[in-house]
Amino acid sequence: MGSLLASRAAVWDAFTTTLFLAVTAGVLALLVGTLLAAMRVSPYAPLRTVATVYTEFLRNTPLTIVFFFFVFVTPSMGFTFAYKVAAVIALTCYTSAFVAEAVRSGINSVAVGQAEAARSLGMSFGQNLAIVVLPQAFRTAIPPLISVLIALVKNTSVAGAFSVLELFALSKRLTNAHSSDVIAILVGIALCYLVICIPLGRLAAALERKAAFAR
Amino acid sequence: MSSGPVLYDVPGPDEKRRERRVSWVVGALLVVVLVVLGWRLASNGVFDDRWRILVEAPPNFAGYQVQDIWSAVFRGLLNTLLAAVISLPLAMILAILLVSLRSAPWRGLRWLASAVIEIFRALPVVLVMLFGILVLPGASPLVAVVFGLVVYNAAVFAEILRAGISALPAGQTEAAYSLGMRSGLIYRTIQLPQSVRMMLPSLIAQGVVLIKDSSLGYIVGYAELLRQISRVADALTNADYLLPLLAVGAAVFVTLNVLLSRLAVWVQRHGRLQRRGARVARTATLVEE
Repeated sequence: MGSLLASRAAVWDAFTTTLFLAVTAGVLALLVGTLLAAMRVSPYAPLRTVATVYTEFLRNTPLTIVFFFFVFVTPSMGFTFAYKVAAVIALTCYTSAFVAEAVRSGINSVAVGQAEAARSLGMSFGQNLAIVVLPQAFRTAIPPLISVLIALVKNTSVAGAFSVLELFALSKRLTNAHSSDVIAILVGIALCYLVICIPLGRLAAALERKAAFAR
Repeated sequence: MSSGPVLYDVPGPDEKRRERRVSWVVGALLVVVLVVLGWRLASNGVFDDRWRILVEAPPNFAGYQVQDIWSAVFRGLLNTLLAAVISLPLAMILAILLVSLRSAPWRGLRWLASAVIEIFRALPVVLVMLFGILVLPGASPLVAVVFGLVVYNAAVFAEILRAGISALPAGQTEAAYSLGMRSGLIYRTIQLPQSVRMMLPSLIAQGVVLIKDSSLGYIVGYAELLRQISRVADALTNADYLLPLLAVGAAVFVTLNVLLSRLAVWVQRHGRLQRRGARVARTATLVEE
């Protein structure tokens, strides 16, 4: 335990890096994912195809491969990113596919009459989606979206293996330096993740119950 | 909302023309983006001889055959899948144990089981793998990978099964009690089997996650796909070869997981049809009586 307390400044730094990755990638993924979901239900076939291929591909690829691509492979293609930037890009690409699926299932759960009524009022596709359907879709999509964000927080740990010094990378470094204190260090780092993830999970469960009552 | 477009009207002739126009514009824009990107990539030599690695080894490495490359890549893939195949049944068994403890008649056990589930669901899999390799005595990388996958996925499977049990109609349990069955027997023969069946699509979806997560073994030094690919590129001292090799690996993963996801969808549809059939049959006999 002592070695963890001794390096608490480093732990705090790593904790904020984890949070930074999660928040930045989370916000970007929410935006990109919503856009993808809108593309998937749009009347324009090319947009639908692009969005479908993107989500299917990234949902079924391991995150490690996405990271590997943006960290090691793109430099050989003429694009080089700083490690942190590469991490944010990889996490955003990966997470946005899951966001898109969650939002799309939310869209599917909106009662058909809502969209029909909006159409009968003469609303265009864009108005229909932005004013009527998406606001309701987000309400049902919030619990699954929170699950996606929890997964994102945990996935930031993969960045630790690709040269970003966040909690997981720090745990590797500390356990290397203090091999007698391994269990305490790992438990301490695990607590840092639990502090983020468990409240989020509780929030999702509470919101789910609330939504279930509302319906 | 899957049956026909609801968000926009069924297009009339004018709208159809407009739609086609927009589709063409969007398609053309996409093509332009792709061409610019392709040109940019081509000027960096992405389409040059690096793809030849998939058919022949570079000439300046004596004794390095293309078979070596392919066998290295496929050994990596097999190792990845091996970890997944070992973990899947173990995780399922542990999950059934956990979810059973969670509805055990002793409060202490219930509390313990739900704490374990909650904690391990909230931990990154790589951290658990690191724990495995550092703390488990004499653990090989494979054991660490399996440890991480089993612990995490057992917790998730347990949650899925619990959701299935609580979604069962109360009449199932009540009917079993009225037949004089004890709670343990009801749990084993009524609740759990129906929950597994009802949640099969979710369980398969989580299986896809497990297969994907097995590639995290890269981080703890397990000789899986990515590790093997970077070894090949290191041996040939050329990072350019990473792209074609990674493309092969990603293609295999995507194919496998898309097939599994299709299976989940099929199981869902099939299960629903079967249940509906069963209900119809029952009504028929009622009418006859």
